[in-house]
Amino acid sequence: MGPIYIMWLRQLKRYSRSRARMIGSLGQPLIFLLAFGFGFGNIYQKAGGGDYLQFLAPGVIAMAVLFTAIFSGIEIIWDRQFGFLKETLVAPVSRFSIMLGRTLGGATVALLQGTIVFLIALCFGFRPSLAAVPLALLFMFLIALLFTALGTALASQLNDMQSFPLIMNFLVMPLFFFSGAIFPLKGVNGVLTIVASCNPLAYGVDGLRASFGGESFYGMGVDMLVLSAFCAFFLGLGSWLFSKIQI
Amino acid sequence: MKNAIIEVKKLTKKFGDFTAVNDISFSVAKGEIFGFLGPNGAGKTTSIKMLTTLLKPTSGTILLDGHNTVSAQDDVRASFGIVFQDQSLDDELTAAENMEFHGVLYKVPAALRKQRTEELLKIVELWDRRNDLVKQFSGGMKRRLEIARGLLHHPKILFLDEPTVGLDPQTRNHIWNYILDLNKKEGVTVFFTTHYMEEADRVASQVTIVDHGKIIAQGTPKELKKKAKAKTLEDAFIKLTGKKLRDEDASDLESLRNQKKMWRR
Repeated sequence: MGPIYIMWLRQLKRYSRSRARMIGSLGQPLIFLLAFGFGFGNIYQKAGGGDYLQFLAPGVIAMAVLFTAIFSGIEIIWDRQFGFLKETLVAPVSRFSIMLGRTLGGATVALLQGTIVFLIALCFGFRPSLAAVPLALLFMFLIALLFTALGTALASQLNDMQSFPLIMNFLVMPLFFFSGAIFPLKGVNGVLTIVASCNPLAYGVDGLRASFGGESFYGMGVDMLVLSAFCAFFLGLGSWLFSKIQI
Repeated sequence: MKNAIIEVKKLTKKFGDFTAVNDISFSVAKGEIFGFLGPNGAGKTTSIKMLTTLLKPTSGTILLDGHNTVSAQDDVRASFGIVFQDQSLDDELTAAENMEFHGVLYKVPAALRKQRTEELLKIVELWDRRNDLVKQFSGGMKRRLEIARGLLHHPKILFLDEPTVGLDPQTRNHIWNYILDLNKKEGVTVFFTTHYMEEADRVASQVTIVDHGKIIAQGTPKELKKKAKAKTLEDAFIKLTGKKLRDEDASDLESLRNQKKMWRR
C-alpha cells in the first residue's frame, strides 16, 4: 500500500463520511436541471434547438464535476489551518506523490458526484446513447482531475478562506457560464466564442456532450487533446506550487 | 563536533522586520536527549520548523544526519519524526486510521505497523477508542493520539515540540519511559522543547536555552544550575531569562473553526 493510495483513500473516506456535503452539493445541479431545463425548454424548442434537456444535461453534469473538483482542491486550506497538512509535508514521501494522491482522490470524488447527477438527469428524461457512457466517464474524469489540480494550485498559495468568494465569483462561475454548458456556442457573439475557446471547461462540456451523442462544436478529438494538455499543465503547476509550500 | 547528527550554523529567520531566530549555532550529538528551552516566543517552534524542512531559513545552514535541509529535503525527511506542538491529526478519520495513514507514509511494514499501533494506543489508553472519529475526542485524547502516532515509526531523530503539555503525570511518565527506552535501545536522538523544567532536568542530557531568538546558555542541566547558582533548573531558567512575561500571537484558529462549520453546512 503506497502513499499515493493512502492519500486517495483519505479523500474518499472523508467524502463518504460527510453525507450532508454530498447531498448539499447536489442542490445546485438539481436547480439548474429543473429551472433551466424545464424553464427554457419550450423557448429552446421553438427556436429550433430541439430538446433542451438533452443539450443541458451534459453541461450540468460538468458543473457538478467542476464544483466538487475545485472544492476538493481548495480543501488543502482547511488541512493547513487544522494542522494536518504539516503531517503530510514532513513525511519522507515526495511532495509530488502526496499532491498526486490527493488530487486523484479529489478527482474520484468529483467523478462520483458527476455520476450521481448523471443518474438524476436520467430520471428527469435525459436520454443519451448509453453505449458512450465509458467515453463520457473519461471526459468527466479529465474535467475532475484538471480542476482538482487547479484547486490545489490555488490553495497552496492561500493561507485562509478569505479569498474564497473571490475564487467563486471570478473563477468558478465564469468558468461555468462561459463554457457553453447552458447555451450552444454555435452562432453566439464572436467575443464569447473566443472567451470560451480559452476556457478548459468548454472543451470538457463539448466532449462530454459529444460522447453522449450530442453535437460537438470543437470536435471530440480536439476536446480530448486540449483537455489533456490543460490537465497535464495544471497537474504540473499544482505539484510545483505544492512542493513550495512553507508553513 | 564529531558524531553530530544535527548541525546548525548561523541560523537566522526573519519575518519582515521581526527576527524570530537570530544567528544561532549549535550541534547535537548522536544519541543525545537534547532539551531546547526558552520562554514563549523565543523562537523554538520557528527553529523546529526550519529543522524539519517546513520553513526555509533566511540565512544559515542546517545539516540533519549530514543532509542539508534546503537542498536535500527528501533525505532530511527520511531521517526524522516529529510530534508537533499544535494539532496535526485528521479529525474526520478514526484514531486507528490516523495511525495507519502515518504508518503508510513512513513505510512501516504492515505487521510492525499493527503491532506498534496496538502497543502505543494502549500506552496512551486509546486502544478502546481506536475506531472512533478523532473529532469526538477531547483535547487531551487528541494530544495522546498525536504522540502515539509520532512514535509509530522509529526515526534517527525525534523532534518533540512541547509533547506533554496538558497531559496528566501518569501519561507523561508512560510516554517519557517509552521515549527513553527508544533512545537507549535504538539510539534515537531526541530533540525536545518543554515548559516543564523538572521534566527537562530529569530527561535531558544537554540543554540549550534560547531567548529573543538568541542562545543564552548551553550545557548539561547540572552545569546550567551551577552557572546560575540555582537549586533547580526552573530557578536557573528564570534567572537566565528574566521575569518578564512574553507575548505570543493570538491564535485565529477559533474563528476558523466557526468559518468551517458555516461552510460545511
